[in-house]
Amino acid sequence: MRLLSTKATCNSHGQDSSYFLGWQEYEKNPYDEIHNPKGIIQMGLAENQLSFDLLESWLAKNPDVAGFKRDGKSIFRELALFQDYHGLPSFKKALVDFMAEIRGNKVTFDPDHIVLTAGATSANETLMFCLADQGEAFLLPTPYYPGFDRDLKWRTGAEIVPIQCTSSNNFQITETALKQAYEEARKRNLRVKGVLVTNPSNPLGTTMSRSELNLLVDFIKEKTDMHLISDEIYSGTVFSSPGFVSVMEILKERNDTDGIGNRVHVVYSLSKDLGLPGFRVGAIYSENDTVVAAATKMSSFGLVSSQTQYLLSAMLGDKKFTRNYIVENQKRLKRRQRMMVSGLQKAGISCLESNAGLFCWVDMRHLLHSNTFEAEMELWKKIVYQVGLNISPGSSCHCTEPGWFRVCFANMSEETLTLAMKRLKNFVVESTCTQRSALFNGTSKRKSLTKWVFRLSSRDHREQEER
Amino acid sequence: MDFSQQLLSKIATSDKHGENSPYFDGWKAYERNPFHPTKNPQGVIQMGLAENQLSFDLIEEWILSNPEASICTPEGVHQFRNVANFQDYHGLQEFRNGIANWMSKVRGGRVRFDPDRILMSGGATGANELIMFCLADPGDAFMIPTPFYPAFVRDLCWRTGVQLIPVHCHSSNNFKITREALEEAYKKAKEDNINVKGLIITNPSNPLGTTLDKDTLKSLVSFINEKNIHFVCDEIYAATVFSSSPSYVSVAEVIQEMEHCNRDLIHVIYSLSKDMGFPGFRVGIVYSFNDEVVSCGRKMSSFGLISSQTQHMLASMLSDEKFVTKFLSENSRRLEERHDKFMKGLEEVNITRFPSNAGIFCWMNLKSLLKEPTFEAELKLWRVIINEVKLNVSPGSSFDCSEPGWFRVCFANMDDETMDIALNRIRAFVGKETKKPVGLKRWQPNLRLSFSSRRFDESVMSPHSPIASPLVQAT
Repeated sequence: MRLLSTKATCNSHGQDSSYFLGWQEYEKNPYDEIHNPKGIIQMGLAENQLSFDLLESWLAKNPDVAGFKRDGKSIFRELALFQDYHGLPSFKKALVDFMAEIRGNKVTFDPDHIVLTAGATSANETLMFCLADQGEAFLLPTPYYPGFDRDLKWRTGAEIVPIQCTSSNNFQITETALKQAYEEARKRNLRVKGVLVTNPSNPLGTTMSRSELNLLVDFIKEKTDMHLISDEIYSGTVFSSPGFVSVMEILKERNDTDGIGNRVHVVYSLSKDLGLPGFRVGAIYSENDTVVAAATKMSSFGLVSSQTQYLLSAMLGDKKFTRNYIVENQKRLKRRQRMMVSGLQKAGISCLESNAGLFCWVDMRHLLHSNTFEAEMELWKKIVYQVGLNISPGSSCHCTEPGWFRVCFANMSEETLTLAMKRLKNFVVESTCTQRSALFNGTSKRKSLTKWVFRLSSRDHREQEER
Repeated sequence: MDFSQQLLSKIATSDKHGENSPYFDGWKAYERNPFHPTKNPQGVIQMGLAENQLSFDLIEEWILSNPEASICTPEGVHQFRNVANFQDYHGLQEFRNGIANWMSKVRGGRVRFDPDRILMSGGATGANELIMFCLADPGDAFMIPTPFYPAFVRDLCWRTGVQLIPVHCHSSNNFKITREALEEAYKKAKEDNINVKGLIITNPSNPLGTTLDKDTLKSLVSFINEKNIHFVCDEIYAATVFSSSPSYVSVAEVIQEMEHCNRDLIHVIYSLSKDMGFPGFRVGIVYSFNDEVVSCGRKMSSFGLISSQTQHMLASMLSDEKFVTKFLSENSRRLEERHDKFMKGLEEVNITRFPSNAGIFCWMNLKSLLKEPTFEAELKLWRVIINEVKLNVSPGSSFDCSEPGWFRVCFANMDDETMDIALNRIRAFVGKETKKPVGLKRWQPNLRLSFSSRRFDESVMSPHSPIASPLVQAT
């Protein structure tokens, strides 16, 4: 008899993928300006470290919150005891107001329809448990966040069927691709329970267009048992036009005459917009009472610490602060993205034009020696080990075309980013020279690469090819 | 209804979360009419909530003296960004060290815990579900002695698809978990083609409030070892053992003396919700002696990590030796004192309880007040207690107890004055009941009144929170 569960012994957690291996390499040899200037620079982690000072200065001005006090009175006891899965009302109110503000107050959210969870990781898994039985599927446009394989499939037993998007139209979702994905699921005998999108997109860094959103809403409108989940975790990181359009705005515009409001659900978190991934603050928003009821009960398995709810209820309840924060944060992200884009340009590398997110979707197809995922892996390893940058290969995001990489820009100082761009430029220059001389000498390009260490296991290697 | 069942998953639309049971009447009655000493002195007193509210002052004192433990104070804010950014599922090293230190102290220093085996989860609720996902497939079963914490049905079974096989224990031998009962339950499961993956116990016990003696614990370890099944010990009440009681023996201690035990089968569940009174901070811990479980469980902990703000605060608190020693001894002393006071009050009306040496509740026997020895009569009595006596207590049937008439009542979630009022009400009620000519046979000196279902003190409805908590009212 097998000692552990199937879930424990399989690898559906997805953590053998290159996405996570890159992290491991970084952890073994992390860059530090002083102590390890030749180390690997972490550019595979979508963190927002640009605006902590704003949070810190708010804390300095609000000492009561720090001391578990409200109006001078200690509320430690009440907070320590507060485990109600309905969540702290003042926090939920502050959170929905913040979400509305991010959307330019074009939509509002009802605090009674918010379910708090331990991060978006938990929110997404919980929604799957609520909407899909084991073996049922959700359609996801590629490329998508590698963690979805774990969050949506691992313990739930749900399946993901990709909606293949390509660079030919900047990876936008087309009706053809959507229908093809649906057919693919049917061929595999999978019942499709809905579509899940990340908007703004990870890893593309772009906001979804109105036409894409309407396309999706039309799609689920037809099929009466399908849902649309919009993971809007990056909604506060939109720094230039076109602005952010939430699916909730689309529903409002359509007056929800289709009556699909109870099949559309939004996921949110403070991990990216506020840069607080450690606090584990996620949320599910749904107009569907049954979903809210079920998800609320499930949130028992991952509630938000009351101490954290309290801190954030005060912070997000300070409207002057949130207004300023949203604007300033976006300004800084824009500036940082510009820095990266121009640094990449200097290296002869372009990227998808983006207006959001904490990363760029970088086009390195011209650096591949062949249009294959194998070549992408070779290039990736060189970049990790030789150039010393941990970036995420497109294959780990299930991209259909080799040569794309996600590179983060908001989790380091400007100096580090400058250094990273410099390293990349040097690498490109060297590679070009190497290639030229190899061609000149009649040497096969492949031979010049054999000295690189291939770290992926053979299983993972096969997985890369299957994508 | 049918459409909804197609639209959502089976899990979402089933009843397996266990929250639709009739026992919610007690909670609803409390929520509709919560006791307040001045604003609502005739309201229902909450005795169904296993909370430890006796030692907050000690913690508040520590917090005031250690401002650097908070990332929000001027003394601590320099760590804000690093802590706020930290989402590593290994958890803060200092936090794990603190937890390992605390857990060891709770066990009198007789066991050392390895910080690298400590996994985080969303409270013990999350921890219990997580360990099931690691050890069992849907359809597999875990054996569980009765009476047991009602919300285990949700925590262990709801989303995991695991089933529970009750191993019935009886008052005739003090609810002891016998080898015979285990063997019988195991054998029957095998005959029914059920794949038994393990045994789960709560020690100290909820709702009994007792600790297992070393021999019994050893016999359980032998049993699971022999059958090559897992042993999950929920030790959430470990630090609630009374000062005057013999020391608490954890499974971690016992296996140190059992060389032949396969440690890959041993797992401990823990939390700070009861010992420290912090249910709001969601500190759940899975500690496994099995490397594979640690590795897989750590990845799964992504679904319920502890807020880094909370980890950081507790890291220094739990590593403060002086504080830990003082807290543990004072907390046990206060719990025992409260327990004794409550017992004395009950004995004055000849109500007795199962002798306990731990926990924050009593397991009481009201058999003599039942009209007949049935669960229907138990429920009837329970409704009378809620609606007329105005105490929310938990009937034994909600704990899957094999005999009617037992009730769990919590005593550590209120102040002294409220407890006095509760006792008065009980005295008045029993006095009234015992004067009735029918339904009462003879005095049973060991009557127990046990009024609480931990199912309800969980986040299921958290009755103290939505209505009575000032955090709710202030908004």
